[in-house]
Amino acid sequence: MASPIKTIIDKEWAEVFKNRMVLLTIALLPLIFTALPIVFLAVTTTGGDLGSTADMPPAYAAACGAVSMADCMQTYILNEFLLLYMIMPLMIPITIAAYSIVGEKATRSLEPLLATPISTEELLAGKSLAAVIPAVLATWACFLIFAIALPIIGVSPAVISYALSPTWLVAIFVGGPLMAIFAVNIAVLVSSRARDPRAAEQTAAVVILPILMLLFAVLAGFIILNLTFMLASFSVLLVLDVVLVYLGARLFQREAILTRWN
Amino acid sequence: MIRTEHLGKTFAGRKKTPPVVAVKDLNIEVAEGEVFGFLGPNGAGKTTTVRMLTTLIGPSEGKAWVCGYEVGKTDQEIRRRVGILTETPGMYDRLSAEYNLMFYAKLNQVSDPAGQVEKYLRMLGLWERRLDEVGSFSKGMRQKLAIARALLHEPKLLFLDEPTSGLDPEAAKLVRDFIEELKLEGRTIFICTHNLDEADRLCQRIAIFKTSLITEDSPENLRKRLYGRTSVFHLKEIQPAWAEKVKTFDFARDVQVVENKLVVRLDDPEGQNPLIIRSLVEAGASIQFVGEMRHSLEDIYLQLIHNGDETPGGKNG
Repeated sequence: MASPIKTIIDKEWAEVFKNRMVLLTIALLPLIFTALPIVFLAVTTTGGDLGSTADMPPAYAAACGAVSMADCMQTYILNEFLLLYMIMPLMIPITIAAYSIVGEKATRSLEPLLATPISTEELLAGKSLAAVIPAVLATWACFLIFAIALPIIGVSPAVISYALSPTWLVAIFVGGPLMAIFAVNIAVLVSSRARDPRAAEQTAAVVILPILMLLFAVLAGFIILNLTFMLASFSVLLVLDVVLVYLGARLFQREAILTRWN
Repeated sequence: MIRTEHLGKTFAGRKKTPPVVAVKDLNIEVAEGEVFGFLGPNGAGKTTTVRMLTTLIGPSEGKAWVCGYEVGKTDQEIRRRVGILTETPGMYDRLSAEYNLMFYAKLNQVSDPAGQVEKYLRMLGLWERRLDEVGSFSKGMRQKLAIARALLHEPKLLFLDEPTSGLDPEAAKLVRDFIEELKLEGRTIFICTHNLDEADRLCQRIAIFKTSLITEDSPENLRKRLYGRTSVFHLKEIQPAWAEKVKTFDFARDVQVVENKLVVRLDDPEGQNPLIIRSLVEAGASIQFVGEMRHSLEDIYLQLIHNGDETPGGKNG
């Protein structure tokens, strides 16, 4: 007998992936975010203009150490592209969760669902995992494609070693899931008030603001991305996730859903 | 099968709005195999009651037992044993009828989900449309599908909230006939409805409810309590003296002449009709036939909702 969580996940995927608009949103983002850094590296590696190192923040140039200035410039710009990978585990779960939770509300299918023997925890876990799993898998898959493409397009070993450094491996493989959990819980919180899936999606999309701020901070040289920064950031995110999961579970109660989610 | 003791639900007010008492001091019992009608105006608290009994929301006061389990203590056991047709039967419109039912069969831990889904799709005439998206279904088809969903796990107790609301007469009849079949199978059915004719036909007992219980009884007993029984003597022609003669009987109440008919309220028509017939025949009346006037459940409902139960044996009487 299938577990209730798996049954929920299967249904969510069957339903969400039948919605062309949602499917497009989910597929388009990974495609663009994978193609962009590959094209950028391919162009700059084969002699494209990287601009002047004077455009680079001095703090970043200093952090490059013995790496050649061309490679340093490439890693500097690569950082911005890799930060885009951090948007994927935020945006994909929001799109799925907004449709899966607010969609139930809109079609009034929550009441019969809540009348089944499924526990509230199983239901919330099913809905959350249905949103988190595709986001995490898409992020990992896109990063793997990117990693495989690096030597093929002739990127220098120094840049490859930077792209596959612990800083970015931690960001993708640890930070990705933590960010997806963060996003899905924000979507659950927003969904408790929203009536329309698109409104929920747009409201919950504010979660990408911290990543955009980080992007600008890195561009301006205020922050140097390294393992210490990543580990510190993800420790804070872990705490936030625990708090949000608790809040989400408190909010996602049968009575609250039926009597206040309208 | 269902027992409530002083069951109540008050929703907390929000911001400056006061708390709302949705259900107050509800005491009912529904026996196994009984079809019980729960009637009341919009906003009376019917859906809140159903939601409490199906463990979707918790009571604020009192207790309730469903299928032998106490609400609020063993909710999952209750949910395993009850089926519910909600007032608005939401479905997953992008998925097929078969997928919708399979999903619920799995969640209800049905041992043979595919078999049960096929059984009910065939039974309700939806088998040929099983692969179609539910979004393409008519309201009647959706309602049938929702009934199938409520039955997949073969619940002993079925809650039907407005089962024929918004359906065309043909679809409504189909649903009613199906409920009749379920009744014959011996299932306990708790129906919330505005359709009083439907409640009269289907329910062995009805409760009339407006935040608190006004009365509960069988439709026939309610008729007796509110109106007594009324015999109608159809005569070929009528003379005022014959009405006067009937009035001489102590047991005859509210004797009225309506066209060629004598309308008389009686406590025991089976015993008292022959005495009146004999008396009329002796006076020279030609009796064509004798019938009994049947008050509609609508009359009963409207009287109770507006005036409360002031009948002998009634809750307020």
